Amino acid sequence: MGKLYERLMKDYRIKEGLNACINCGTCTAICPAAEFYKYDPRQIVDTVQSQDDAEIEKLLKSDTIWYCGECMSCVTRCPRKNAPGLVVMALRSLSIDMGYFMESEKGRQQYVVSKDLCGNILNYGYCVYPRTFKYATHQEAGKVWKWEEEHMDDVYERLNANLDGEGPGAVRKIPQKDLDEIKKIFDITGGTDRVNAVKAAAEKRAKELGLTEEEYFNKIYTECNGAHLNH
Amino acid sequence: MIYEGKQKIWSDYQKEIPDDHYFYVRSCIRQTFFPASEWAFLDITRNKLNKNIFETEHHTTCGGIAYHSDAIPQETVMTIIARQFALMHKYGYENYVCSCITSFGLYCETLESWREFPDLQNKIAENLKKATGLDFAKPKFLVHASDLMYKYKNLIAAQAKFKLVDKNTGKPLRVVEHIGCHYSKMFPSKGVGGAEYPYVLAGMIEAWGGEVVDYPERRHCCGFGFRQYFVQSNRGYSLANTHKKFESMEPYKPDMIITNCPGCPYFMDRWQYVIAETQGKTYGQNGHGIPVFTYEEVAGLVLGYNPWDLGLQTHQVGPEPVLDKMGIHYDPAKKYLGKNGKNIGKPDFVECIK
Ligand code: SF4
Ligand code: SF4
Repeated sequence: MGKLYERLMKDYRIKEGLNACINCGTCTAICPAAEFYKYDPRQIVDTVQSQDDAEIEKLLKSDTIWYCGECMSCVTRCPRKNAPGLVVMALRSLSIDMGYFMESEKGRQQYVVSKDLCGNILNYGYCVYPRTFKYATHQEAGKVWKWEEEHMDDVYERLNANLDGEGPGAVRKIPQKDLDEIKKIFDITGGTDRVNAVKAAAEKRAKELGLTEEEYFNKIYTECNGAHLNH
Repeated sequence: MIYEGKQKIWSDYQKEIPDDHYFYVRSCIRQTFFPASEWAFLDITRNKLNKNIFETEHHTTCGGIAYHSDAIPQETVMTIIARQFALMHKYGYENYVCSCITSFGLYCETLESWREFPDLQNKIAENLKKATGLDFAKPKFLVHASDLMYKYKNLIAAQAKFKLVDKNTGKPLRVVEHIGCHYSKMFPSKGVGGAEYPYVLAGMIEAWGGEVVDYPERRHCCGFGFRQYFVQSNRGYSLANTHKKFESMEPYKPDMIITNCPGCPYFMDRWQYVIAETQGKTYGQNGHGIPVFTYEEVAGLVLGYNPWDLGLQTHQVGPEPVLDKMGIHYDPAKKYLGKNGKNIGKPDFVECIK
């Protein structure tokens, strides 16, 4: 039993989500990611239960673990009550902790979700927040969102929201004292450490490539090498 | 026979849903894209049904979207969740109702992990005390807001001004129901009707006069996929999954779609627009898409709310074909007006889809 396997076994999601896998492939059959990407959750579960650290390390450095959509459709159907989606979450956490996520194109994208989502949480108290969800980078949100963005205060007022207002209501301003508590939670539970580690790795890579932070962000936001897809 | 068999499965999964006294927690995605749905939920439950549904401005995101994008560790999200539960306790409530499906699934998973691993629960309680000074507590009952609407479906039917019926033909509207994956795929016993035959939306559809459409990809994910949507170069994943669902439902000619997850209606509405724009393909009739609704919007329509108060003008696929069939009166000239009739422009015209 190797060190990586031992660390994985400490993750509660593995404790809950990995019993003896019988390699039936039911999870792969139901998996939306397996249809789209070169992805096979059965194989991931099998690699982890092999306890082979060299193979686990390869997995942690690969694009593979980043293909899952965490829909948990696999959980319902597995005859052994495994949760491949939870196993993937544990693998991703370990990949970030070890710095291995920087070895794959899909892994490097963690800087995007970390910066955007944790930024929203710490600044506003929401994972998604209207003023930072931009039409320019989300054109699929449609012309109607473009209009909402251009007339945001009026539209949200019409819809009985309380955008950035005092008191309860949709997309209200969350009091600073509450945001401070969330920050403190981040600090003592490893949230801040993860944000900082992902940021430091991204800044280092940007420097190596001679790119500004913004240029690097845009690169990993849009880059796609074409080898990921199933067909 | 088969139908009766399904009903038996549903009856095995009837969770207990208290009638009243809830601590309400909002959804990041629903309040961003469908804020009027949350308003309608509170207006219906409080003012039409006289229920006690309490909200405090001090609650926050549960962190679930960041957690399922692997941006924050499990211990972080669990402590944020413990803070939400602690606020419920502080304000004197023990029933917890959340607007978000990602939250709901994560609360179920968290409570299960705490039950299974008491050491973990103790650690989170310590974190909570240290970061906030609040006392650890757990809800006695945890429900999703669609569970409550399901519970109240007959009370709403009794006050209905419109039904899910085509007024021209007298036939029930054909309704696709789409359940968010995290509602019951992880913990089937926590959802009304379980994971294979969830009844939470089907029950509303039937109570309000509609007919539920069965189709092969009924349980397929909408394709959100968290990081698969938030990172631009992954978005094909999200689009491909929605596309698969629409191709599968098309032959069954649905009139409308109802969803219980905040993200699904956004994806099923907007990806229809993208498919129309890029492929010239629409799934409704005469260049229309299939209108997609939240359950709060449908409850509001049934109760006679003004469609523009419900925010239906913020959908990219126009709701008008459904409003026309139900016989709901609306003023097209007022669709994009602001509060008190203020002119705030209107979205650019989209030719590819109505
Ligand atoms: S469905 Fe379960 S038992 Fe079958 S391959 Fe997947 S994880 Fe293993
Ligand atoms: S959680 Fe991941 S592995 Fe499981 S079905 Fe969804 S995409 Fe596939």
